[in-house]
Amino acid sequence: MTEHAIIMRAVNKYYGAYHALVDIDLTVTRGERIVICGPSGSGKSTLIRTINQLEPIESGTIIVDGVELTAGGDNVAKVRQDVGMVFQSFNLFPHMTVLENCILAPMKTRKTPRAEAEATARKYLERVRIPEQADKYPAQLSGGQQQRVAIARALCMKPRIMLFDEPTSALDPEMVKEVLDTMIDLAREGMTMLCVTHEMDFARAVADRVIFMDKGVIVEENAPDEFFGNPRNERLQNFLGQIA
Amino acid sequence: MIREFSSADLMFIVSAVRWTLILSAIAFLGGALGGLAVALARTAQGRLRRRIAAGFIQVFQGTPLLMQLFLVYFGLAVVGLPIDPLLAAAVALTLHASAYLGEIWRGAIEAVPPGQTEAATALSLSYKDRMRHVVLPQAMRLATAPTVGFLVQLIKGTSLASIIGFTELTRAGQIINNATFKPFLVFGTVAALYFVLCWPLSLLARRMEARMRLAVTR
Repeated sequence: MTEHAIIMRAVNKYYGAYHALVDIDLTVTRGERIVICGPSGSGKSTLIRTINQLEPIESGTIIVDGVELTAGGDNVAKVRQDVGMVFQSFNLFPHMTVLENCILAPMKTRKTPRAEAEATARKYLERVRIPEQADKYPAQLSGGQQQRVAIARALCMKPRIMLFDEPTSALDPEMVKEVLDTMIDLAREGMTMLCVTHEMDFARAVADRVIFMDKGVIVEENAPDEFFGNPRNERLQNFLGQIA
Repeated sequence: MIREFSSADLMFIVSAVRWTLILSAIAFLGGALGGLAVALARTAQGRLRRRIAAGFIQVFQGTPLLMQLFLVYFGLAVVGLPIDPLLAAAVALTLHASAYLGEIWRGAIEAVPPGQTEAATALSLSYKDRMRHVVLPQAMRLATAPTVGFLVQLIKGTSLASIIGFTELTRAGQIINNATFKPFLVFGTVAALYFVLCWPLSLLARRMEARMRLAVTR
């Protein structure tokens, strides 16, 4: 067990000629909760998607939980087992029930027996407060419920790190709170979390550190009080002015 | 030597339906296996595999089925591998069906939202598990109607096997017509039998398409 959950060193990512991530250096301590914000196209989603290699990088080093992702081999599969991810568009499997969504990966990748996987799934569905929806299909649920299932599905793999990629951006306003509450619960339990979000109240409530990105660069990072109360960078000042 | 069209002739034609069905079934099952391989290769990461599959599809969609039949049947005989008409027709139709089903299924696989693959990948599911449990079940629902539609084309396409001398429905008709010279009656009967095979499938495909449209708009 290393104390560092994630270490990124000199990470560069290109889309063709477009430089999406520029020399990113980021170290996340175990149990730390980080919120990443920035204008659209700033590379914040790309950044967290490199941590489970949904986006391959061109240069640099990424070490997750002591495993060097960039070293190849089956390191990528190992890292993905330990890193849960929640997407803006939920991405539940529509042809499976909620319960089936939750047990698929544990059964296939962790070789967990079905009964055990189901028990775990019901436990996490309970925790995201929708145990009664286990046998429904995703299309029968509201957006907020679907996103909570997506969180439960990720937790069923018992990850040590959770990535959230704008988890509330596709939700109707009245459903944002129920998802944020679930995330706050998770944060209080000590999960290492990286959240790309514009929910600044969430950042204030749970983040240990807030990161502002622009044009593929980490422009400023600080504890929430300092970040919101005393932003130094001009682009961050403008950004906070716009979303406030 | 011309004789009357008898009930025995009718029975001969009707019983030839089974060879049309057998040939269709072999070509469809073979084509399903081949088509799955082609569709997976077409949507794979590796560029070489994608290119080979694309080339295969272009060759078999860009040449007449009859030429494919001739090449397999006569071509193999020339290089010293004489094969019987059923095997030749089965091989040629399987390759033909592989190309068409491969292309239909490629489209269906690509129509599954990329977020599905991303979510499955993030859950550390292997390529095999992602395809088997997440992508293909969803692609299959999209592909069912066009697949049944292609099956209709394939059943009609088996009539070309008559030209290399395989006695399926069309060839049976030719044989009886040569003896009775009642082309309207004989080929009318043959056509009617094809219709009886294909029409229900066409209806089924249309109904599936309508149901798909409902499911998509829901």
